[in-house]
Amino acid sequence: MEKETYTISVYSENNVGLLNRISGIFLKRHVNVESLNVSKSEIDGVSKFTIVIVENNENARKIVGQIEKQIEVIKAYYHKNDETIYQESALFKIKSSLLFDERQIQNIIKESNSEIVTVSREFFVLSKTGRRNEVDAMHDLLKPYGIMQFVRSGRIAVTKEEMPISALLKEFNQN
Amino acid sequence: METLKAKNKETKKTTMKISGAEAIIHCLLEEGVDLIYGYPGGAIMPVYDELYKFQDKLTHILARHEQGATHAAQGYARVTGKVGVAMATSGPGATNLVTGIADAQIDSTPMVCVTGQVFRHLLGSDAFQETDIIGISTPVTKWNYQITKASEIPEIMAKAFYLARSGRPGPVLVDITKNAQLEEFEFSYEKCTGVRSYKPVPKPKVEAIDAAAELINNAKKPFIVFGQGVILGKAEEELKALVEKAGIPAAWTILGLSAMDTDHPLNVGMVGMHGNYGPNVLTNECDVLIAIGMRFDDRVTGRLDDYAKQAKVIHFEIDPAEINKNVMSDVAVLGDSKKTLELILPKIKENKHDAWHNEFKEKYKVEFDQVINDQLNPTKEGLTMGEVLKEINIASENKAVIVSDVGQHQMFACRYAKFNQSKSNITSGGLGTMGFALPAAIGAKMGAMDREVVAIIGDGGYQMTIQELGVINQHNVPVKIVVLNNEHLGMVRQWQELFFDKRYASTVMTNPDFVKIAEGYHIKATRISKRENLKAAIEEMIAFKGPYFLEVCVEKEDNVFPMIPSGASVSEIRLK
Repeated sequence: MEKETYTISVYSENNVGLLNRISGIFLKRHVNVESLNVSKSEIDGVSKFTIVIVENNENARKIVGQIEKQIEVIKAYYHKNDETIYQESALFKIKSSLLFDERQIQNIIKESNSEIVTVSREFFVLSKTGRRNEVDAMHDLLKPYGIMQFVRSGRIAVTKEEMPISALLKEFNQN
Repeated sequence: METLKAKNKETKKTTMKISGAEAIIHCLLEEGVDLIYGYPGGAIMPVYDELYKFQDKLTHILARHEQGATHAAQGYARVTGKVGVAMATSGPGATNLVTGIADAQIDSTPMVCVTGQVFRHLLGSDAFQETDIIGISTPVTKWNYQITKASEIPEIMAKAFYLARSGRPGPVLVDITKNAQLEEFEFSYEKCTGVRSYKPVPKPKVEAIDAAAELINNAKKPFIVFGQGVILGKAEEELKALVEKAGIPAAWTILGLSAMDTDHPLNVGMVGMHGNYGPNVLTNECDVLIAIGMRFDDRVTGRLDDYAKQAKVIHFEIDPAEINKNVMSDVAVLGDSKKTLELILPKIKENKHDAWHNEFKEKYKVEFDQVINDQLNPTKEGLTMGEVLKEINIASENKAVIVSDVGQHQMFACRYAKFNQSKSNITSGGLGTMGFALPAAIGAKMGAMDREVVAIIGDGGYQMTIQELGVINQHNVPVKIVVLNNEHLGMVRQWQELFFDKRYASTVMTNPDFVKIAEGYHIKATRISKRENLKAAIEEMIAFKGPYFLEVCVEKEDNVFPMIPSGASVSEIRLK
């Protein structure tokens, strides 16, 4: 079976040990986590893990089954790229002198739709939000001029289909 | 925890101010616990001090090693269906629990482990006997939690018991820092009735029940394989009713054994690596495979790409993660086994499948002539493990609880022991933990004092937890211990003979005098090595009031057959 990129969305209670439990499920099956993001979700008091893996459909399904089985997990989903709207963010720290010495830098900033977050005498910081390939392209363009620091966030994603967590929680409260 | 609080708010009990340590005892009492196994140490001493004060209400049995405490708690849980409890101190005490916890996890045994932990302010400082038992136990627990203040104790303990016993049961570990044991707080207790992110039992779907009923009703060669889910779901009667109404041959997994009378005419034996010939071979000839409360372990299925490919598969299961994990099912019936079987029974037509059932009987004849007869009625000089089991069946009238360890003797015990009562076969199925049987038998006996409990152990596994004889001695626990001594690690030796050109690496054992060891613990002990003494020895052991040790010196190089070699298909099962 062919491997594809899957975005796993996990709605859970906010619990200190849960990340350990979830990461163990990937570890056991030797599945590399491409990116991981934890944040609050649309529901008060409910956390959301967004995990990206490259796997075949069957393994992705089994992994999500094992995740959902964890006590503090309310519900877990997995989606292909075309079923989600997704982005990543990146920060580039670059020498300020380059802004004046290298004309091309200003073009890159404009054309990449990135933002200057801050400028000091020594360095300036660019922020870029977009798909992985856009961030990578910008990285490739800037690299020849020297990047002092680079960091990219995990993927964040929302799905096109509904994820009915509120209904699940309501059902519990009624029982 | 917020949600738990919300659910418990209405019924407020009168509170009292007590220490965390005393609160733990009250929690255990509230959960109906009257027996726990454990081992004291620095970080759990405040709780032990309370155990001393409450000894008239709560019996603590001092294991001789924390692993023994977990297996005893498991044996108790498996025979009673209640939650077993084990307790230990921090550090090595806690890590010694891990094997038993892993065993309980893979065999779905309800167990709560309570461990002491260093003071909260010392956490993370590599303090004396500090270990991250939460981190260590996470992959092998259903749930775990570290309590760092006394006020958390009632809610967490209530949640621990609820999670251990509900849905698909499993082990829960609660780690309690010493400061939390010493602090005083206003105690009140409410049982946990739900956790919002946890759905223990899926609701059965009518469509699934109907689809399953239709497949069963139209099947020409239906075959049931049942597992421990039937026992955990208390669905033994419903299983029997289904088997009888639809006339379906039924076989068991190692943990499903004793859910159905072994002498029932439609009970066709065991599936899996050392299971019976018919059930294995005919798995690949049935047209509808009905799996009930089992998880298609690799030891059951053999090579997956040649497992029941011709059959429609119906999977009755409580845990959604088991559906399509190893074997794809055509119909998944999610839910508690008792409930789903109750729902399907009225939709099942009365039926008989005599010709199909005869195929099992014919395969049994082949197996009997080539394998079973030599075990039960041997003509060779050395004693066989099979004939020992046969004599135990006779002497105990098939009523004993049989607790087996891991290895050849385990397979012989599961193949040849007979049962007419559920929850009677106690063995380490999933994890295959050598050393399980002796402490598990102690727990089983203390959970079922009115029943005969016979531990069947190999000479290898026996020496892994032999120190638990100390518990038997101290508390006069009347278990019957049978060590089948072949002076080898028999199962490994068998694999070396068959698959490693007889290179017997580290499988020969020079053993101590087991009778003297038992006698050293003041346990009545006998050794036999001749067939003419076997019957009388077993009879004497069963008749004896009190603990009894019987060493049976058996054939040294016997093999367990049939056998599905590793990586082979169920159709490729070998009779020799």
